[in-house]
Amino acid sequence: MTVIDHIPVLMIVIPILASLLTLLAGWYDRRFCYPISLITVLFQFGSAIAILLHVMQEGTIRYSVGGWAPPLGIELVVDGFNSYILAAIMLLAAATAVYARRSVETEIGPEKTVSFYVLFQLLITGLVGMTITGDIFNLYVFLEISSIAAYTLIASARRPRAYVASFNYLILGSIAGGFILLGIANLYAATGTLNMADIAQLLPASYGLATVHAAFLFLVIGFSIKAAFFPLHLWLPDAYAESPSAVTVLLSTVMAKVSIYAMFRILFSVFTTAYIIDTFPVTGFILFIATVAIVAGAVLAIAQKDLKRMLAYSSVSQVGYIMFALGVANQIALEGGLLHILGHAVMKGCLFMVAGLIIYRMGTSRLSELKGVATTMPISCAAFALAGASMIGIPPTIGFMSKYYLVLGALEAGHWVYAAVLLLGSLLAVGYIWRFIETAYFGGLHSDHNEAHPRTAAREGPLSMLVPIVGLALLCLFLGIFVEGVMEVVGPAVSILLGGA
Amino acid sequence: MADINGVLPAVTIAVPLFASVLILIVGRHENIREAVTIIAATTMLGSVLAMLPEILSGSRITISLLPMVPGGDFALRADAFGMVFALTATALWLLNSFYAIGYMRLLKEHAQTRFFFCLAVAIAAAVGIAFSQNLLTLFIFYEILTIITYPLVVHTETPAAMKAGRKYLAYLLIGGIFLLAAVILTYTLTGTTEFVPGGFLAGSGSALTLQILFLLFMVGFVKAAWMPLHGWLPAAMVAPTPVSAFLHAVAVVTAGVFGIVRIAGWVYGMDLMASLGLGTLLAVIASFTIITASLFALTEDNLKRRLAYSTVSQLSYILLGVSMLSIAGMTGAMAHIPIHAFLKITLFFVAGAVIVSAGKECISDMKGIGRKIPVTALMFSAAAIGICGLPPLPGIISKVYLALGAVEGGMPILLLVIVTSAVLNVAYFFPIIYTMLLDRPDDEHSLDSVSEPPLVMLVPIILTAAISVFIFFFPSTPFMDLVEIALAEIMQQVIP
Repeated sequence: MTVIDHIPVLMIVIPILASLLTLLAGWYDRRFCYPISLITVLFQFGSAIAILLHVMQEGTIRYSVGGWAPPLGIELVVDGFNSYILAAIMLLAAATAVYARRSVETEIGPEKTVSFYVLFQLLITGLVGMTITGDIFNLYVFLEISSIAAYTLIASARRPRAYVASFNYLILGSIAGGFILLGIANLYAATGTLNMADIAQLLPASYGLATVHAAFLFLVIGFSIKAAFFPLHLWLPDAYAESPSAVTVLLSTVMAKVSIYAMFRILFSVFTTAYIIDTFPVTGFILFIATVAIVAGAVLAIAQKDLKRMLAYSSVSQVGYIMFALGVANQIALEGGLLHILGHAVMKGCLFMVAGLIIYRMGTSRLSELKGVATTMPISCAAFALAGASMIGIPPTIGFMSKYYLVLGALEAGHWVYAAVLLLGSLLAVGYIWRFIETAYFGGLHSDHNEAHPRTAAREGPLSMLVPIVGLALLCLFLGIFVEGVMEVVGPAVSILLGGA
Repeated sequence: MADINGVLPAVTIAVPLFASVLILIVGRHENIREAVTIIAATTMLGSVLAMLPEILSGSRITISLLPMVPGGDFALRADAFGMVFALTATALWLLNSFYAIGYMRLLKEHAQTRFFFCLAVAIAAAVGIAFSQNLLTLFIFYEILTIITYPLVVHTETPAAMKAGRKYLAYLLIGGIFLLAAVILTYTLTGTTEFVPGGFLAGSGSALTLQILFLLFMVGFVKAAWMPLHGWLPAAMVAPTPVSAFLHAVAVVTAGVFGIVRIAGWVYGMDLMASLGLGTLLAVIASFTIITASLFALTEDNLKRRLAYSTVSQLSYILLGVSMLSIAGMTGAMAHIPIHAFLKITLFFVAGAVIVSAGKECISDMKGIGRKIPVTALMFSAAAIGICGLPPLPGIISKVYLALGAVEGGMPILLLVIVTSAVLNVAYFFPIIYTMLLDRPDDEHSLDSVSEPPLVMLVPIILTAAISVFIFFFPSTPFMDLVEIALAEIMQQVIP
């Protein structure tokens, strides 16, 4: 075994140790927390990239934790699909880690920074674990680790509304957890194993059993709640809008994407396309709901008065795009869906970061109070415009590319009505993105001629917040322009899903 | 017809994009910023001119930049028809840049950096449309053009401008969605989106599918401002005059009609259009637009809005030419693109000059203004005469071809449309000429402070008018030659 084979487990073990170290070091001096956290996340990011490259060349990595061979022991499996997801979420986690420092100082307060970084670390680690585990019960354990960290982090904004949001999420998240656990138990009852690959092999024999159908429904509903798939999104707007900015970014990008990953994994790798299309035809229904989600989420977003809340509802709509791919379930549409997992993470991360910076600077995110904000914050507003264009799907951004694949896939499968709704529905994104653009750029004080103001980054915000914002915004553009490179990763990943391996 | 590889199409587009970044960087130093614009415009025109000999010899210059999604690489190809648009746009951008600098400075407009940045990206997108090798690339530039012109439309940031901006965005983005749908459908039907002279759609789907597809394309190219989907164009006249002049008389609307001609000649092909009955459909739309828009123009007192309706009407000449599905009709359609552009930009330039030197936008306020600004008013008259189709201005060239095409294509009723429209053109332009040159002002002293615009604006006005006259006397240099090559391509025969 070479070093690379051990990296998956190190990606979980080291951060857990690091979170304990953060706690100890924070006791001594809380200024240690941020560097430890940053280094750990950067290590995880680097590992994720290394794993991705390795998997692309050498194929799947399988690692038996503690040397116990599956199906008895826990197995970590990194294939073309989850190595892609892993790289995507760690990219965002790393950006958030850089971004978090100043946001934490102002929004959470110095005395709580230690616990923030510990929980931050645990949340990321839980999500990484969910992504790379090959054991379905282990998936549940990591899900709970990350969920509990998330509940606490939401509440750390220390506003009454944040407590309510956190409590709402706790209730719904626990219900989701319950569903998932029941589903796992049913699967175990039907197959006698918890290893995903094993289940996938043994399951076809029991496709007819009511136990399996029940397990399937439990899992789908559970993960739909976690992924905020309309109409099970009720926890999301509050949770996103009331959290501290750094937490919002993490929830909306990393956590949301991992929940969707888990859904894909369960549906395609545990149950396989044979089950979800033929035995228990659920894709048509998912496609319908996803289309409703796209439209409803966008309409709700347009109705919001608060920037963060608007972006939160936009997430409901965007989850619909990804689920749309799942509903179409052919190669091209799924490529679009996976592309959108990365694309949406990048653009929504950027948008929420800008919202956070605006709160940092202006103390508010109410749209009515942000008139002319582009005059004082030109760089971040330009980044918002770019990421927003991606959200709308203006070429050549990444948002356009994923939309293109989705429509192409839907047409290929003959769903031309859904394709039409998706196209027109994507226009609704203009409705909410443009509300901010108009307010920020053109709603300004009429006398305020911006030529007179010096435009410097120093006035705009700390560099540690601006750099991730600009980086992600440019990424929206470059990922779109060089989409061919991304597709080299996404294409094989989709083949893995459809092959059921 | 030889395909050669070359970087010039990409260079032509990269220059203004690069310039736009520079403009942002040096934004506060106005003179440097303006120098960047002028240098970029000159370089761009030079780059287009450098391609001209190759294109005139019948070659096409291709460059494939990036693989993208299934349905087309990001690829450029300069061919004869693309050159017609590109040459028009770059030549006018250079003139318009001088004019815009003068206009914006004299009126002390705000946010000039944003203004020049957006203009530079917009011209890149317009030329990108001209040089697109396939539908997907064209769509990408088309959408960029939509987005980047929005800040120009709402430049003044008044509530009225914001309202107009929303209308603009709504029309063009919804159109963009239709165009995307059409592009994807084309790909699904044929497995390619690359333009092929003479079309590539034949036999790929049922007649109904192809007819629906054509409708999608038509709505997609809403930038052509055909009625009843023209509402955004008059609304966009709230923009500063250089924007109206350049974008809404040259780059944006031309991108729309350019797209439709491309679709007709390089996606459908004349034969398929004829067998699907699309010529008739297009003829109805175009005739309706020509007549109705002219009637609207009659009632407008705001000069820029009257010109906008005139543009709506004139653009449909191009559609009318396409609808005839004949050689002469197509010739007229393609020739009308540069001819209308040069004439209409002169008219808009004058409208802006009147705003700058007299602060007047309404025709009824312009009585006798020609006494104070004789050169400007004369240039206006010349261009207006040109649009009406009188010599020695080139409007008559395209009209003659269109009339020939109507006969050739077996649709003599279209002659009636052309004649009626000519009468209406006279009816809405000659009163302006009369008001400006011959009428007496209500108050003799109201015009005392009015004088000719500064040279930086006056010279572009004179030049655009002069080039128009040049086109009349030497139509084949180079526009008609290019049109001929393009026609030979799509008809796949030698034009006698």
